This record gives sequence, structure tokens and C-alpha cells, in this order.
Amino acid sequence: MDSQQQKIVDEARIFAEKEIRPYAREFDERGVLPRELMDKMAEKRYLSANFPEKYGGLGLDPVYYGFFTEEIGKACCSVRALITVHSSLVGETLLRWGTGKQKDKWLPFMVAGKKIGAFALSEPDVGSNAKSVQTAYEKSGNSYIISGQKKWISFGDIADFFIVIASNKSRVSAFLVERGWEGVESKPIKGMLASRASHIAVLNFDKVIVPDENCLGKEGSGFSYIVNTALDHGRYSIAWAGVAVAQEALEAMVTYARKRSQFGKKIYNFQLIQGMIGDAVTKTHAARSLCLRAGEMRKEGDPDATIETSMAKYFASKVAMEVAADAVQVHGANGCCNGYPVERLYREAKVLEVIEGTSQIQQEIIARFGLRRYTKKEYPERVRHSSKGHG
Amino acid sequence: MQLIEKVREFIKNHLVSLESYVNLNDEDKIFELGFVDSLFALQLVNFVEGEFKISVDNEDLDLENFSSINAIVAFIEKKRKN
Repeated sequence: MDSQQQKIVDEARIFAEKEIRPYAREFDERGVLPRELMDKMAEKRYLSANFPEKYGGLGLDPVYYGFFTEEIGKACCSVRALITVHSSLVGETLLRWGTGKQKDKWLPFMVAGKKIGAFALSEPDVGSNAKSVQTAYEKSGNSYIISGQKKWISFGDIADFFIVIASNKSRVSAFLVERGWEGVESKPIKGMLASRASHIAVLNFDKVIVPDENCLGKEGSGFSYIVNTALDHGRYSIAWAGVAVAQEALEAMVTYARKRSQFGKKIYNFQLIQGMIGDAVTKTHAARSLCLRAGEMRKEGDPDATIETSMAKYFASKVAMEVAADAVQVHGANGCCNGYPVERLYREAKVLEVIEGTSQIQQEIIARFGLRRYTKKEYPERVRHSSKGHG
Repeated sequence: MQLIEKVREFIKNHLVSLESYVNLNDEDKIFELGFVDSLFALQLVNFVEGEFKISVDNEDLDLENFSSINAIVAFIEKKRKN
């Protein structure tokens, strides 16, 4: 255990208990994350917990960044979503593929919370098939001109800049676009099932002029490298978000079962309640183990870390949904009302199975890996015969 | 194992096709011809960095650098010299 990194995670837990958890319901109901909270988080460098110290971040490695994400996610999913988008999707992609100039320009502002970043990939007609983005770009002198619409962009309504994925025929590229530029507009999306305080928006880009130096990665490398990098980090973050929701729901379930009485005794005494608690504990521990494994592999730079991350995301989001559903069940009618946090956790869990690649996309990715990796080697017939003789 | 053999083996272990025989030559454009999918691009970068202890940076993101087995080997050798 790294005591310095553990200390940061412990402090984040205390911060979350004091500054986030008491207001989570209010954020959800109002559909707003207050600017003051973002400033407080920036002051603690919680908007850059995963950034190297040389850029002003806390320098958490992938494993401790996972623990950190869990602590924030347990307290409030929308605040965790800010970490997912700003620190993981945008921050990690800039760190990985930004030029020195781009990093020097954007990272200090991101650390200080002066510039919030968002990742603009999805469109009204483009979801899982992300390679087919219709937002278009074309070259014009020393600039690019971008036109199109993005949808379901978390923090799109308040972000100061966006990584925008656009295409030119079959070439997909990524651009750093500032909110203040002419032709950039956002409109909040209301009526969301969850992530209600994540400022989800539609973004419009109308002939936006983007200077050459704002192309992120080489032109044409937008899908293979930029989108894949961003989604890989996003999936890792969402995997831990699943653990966070599952753990929070588990604690709510256990606490309620020990307080609530029916038929003259506390409901934890009933074996069918214990069945749900036993399953919830086991599943949550299993999800965390998978996330830890993915984190260790990411730390080591293992090429299979992306697959392990897909598995962690798929499994942890599924577990979050199952445990949150059982937590509502244990709470009975109380669980169906926003007076208890399990109602919100149940809604939030569902979203985790959709974002950063649906569960079905993860299943396909994992299946392709399994089909390649786990084919039994065929031995010559004579080997099989000779081994029979020793049975 | 030689550099080119390591690269060849890594790519062969990640082919899209699950058929037992795939005719892949060292000059073949692995992405263009559909031998591997775009998700593989990032795995390839991680493999190259981890296995050969080099750093793939922004300026290296030329699709040509990773287009074929020979191109990847040439890229690794160039990075090692630098």
C-alpha cells in the first residue's frame, strides 16, 4: 500500500462526506452542480487527481485513482460524472496525445477548475457506431471548419471547451473547441432518468473555425487513438462508478435491514433478506476485484488492460444495477421514494450500463477476446490415445 | 525471438478472423485490409511501448507507422535509434 496515495483517498472520503453527500439529493432535484463545489474540488486538486504532479495534479496511479473515484461516486453520481468526463475522458486523452503546447495551455486551467472540459462524440443518430460521426470538418487555410450537432454530452451545458470528434469522408479527427467561439451553442437536455446534475446538453457547431494547432492527435487519427483512448479511460472510471453505486446500495440495504422491523422482528433475521445481502456483498466484492485487476494491468501498461477494463465496466455496471434493485426491494415502498437514496442509486445504476459503450458492445468486445484467447489447442490423435492408457 | 517475430505474433494473436488459416504477409496493410479492427490500434501502441521500451508520442500518430508488420518494425527501430 502506498501511504501517501492512501492518505489522499482517505481525505477525499472525508471531503465527500462533508461537502458532497449531504447535498446529493438536492443536486439531483435541482439538476445543477454548484460552481462553488467545483472550485472547492479544484482547490483540493480533485479535478486532476490522476494528473501527474508536474502538471499540478495529485499523481494518483490507476489503482488509487479507482479508489478515489469510488469515494466520490459513493457520495454523488453527478459529481463522479464530472471526474469521469473532465479528468478521465478529456484529461487523460490530452495527457496521452496532446502536443506540449496543448498540454501547457489546457492542463493548468483544468487543474485549477478554471476550464471544465467535455467530450463531444455522440450525436442524435450516432451512438454505439461511433466511427460514423456525421459532424463534419473541412480544411480551410490554416484552420478547419466544423459543422454538426452532438447530443447527450455530459457537462456540455457548462464546459468551457470540448474535444469534438468530426469526420471528413472516411477520416475521423479530434479538435479542441472553445465554448466562446462563434458558432458554438449548447442547450440543456431535461427529463433525464439519471445524471440529472451532469448538465447534459445538445451542442451545435455552425461553421466553427478551429485553428490547426487545436487538432488533437494527427488528422485522421481521431477514432483509432483519440476516441479509443478517451473511451478506455471513461470505461475504467465507469467501472469504479459501478463499484461505488453497488457499495453505497449495499450499505443502505444493510443499514435499513438492521433498523426496520416487521412481524415483530428486525427484517435482517429473514433468510430471504439475508439472501439478497449475501449476494450483494459477494457481487460488490467481485466487481471491485475485477476493477483492481484492471487497475494493476493499466499501471503496468499491459496491452490486455483495455480488455480487462471492458470486463470490469461490463460487470461492475451490471452488479450496480442488481444490487441497487435489491436495495430498493429491501426498502419496500420506502425505496420507491426519493426520501431514501436507493431510489436515486437505482436510476443512476441503469445509466452505467449504457454510457461509454453499452453492456452489449462490451459483451461483443469481450467475446471476441475470448474466442481468440481460449481456443483449446488440438493435439495429434496419437497423444490422446496414449494419455488414455494412463487413466 | 526477433523483433519482427514478436510483432508478427502479437498481430496474429489479435486477428479479426477466427479461421485457422489466414494469409498475412509482412507488407499487408493490417487495418486497411481488415486483418485487425480499429480497437486494436490502442492495444498495439501499448504493446509496442511495453515490449520495446519506447514512447509513442503525438507526432508518431501517423497511421503509416502502424500500417503493416514491416512498418511497425521500421518505426520501432527508428525510435530505438533516437
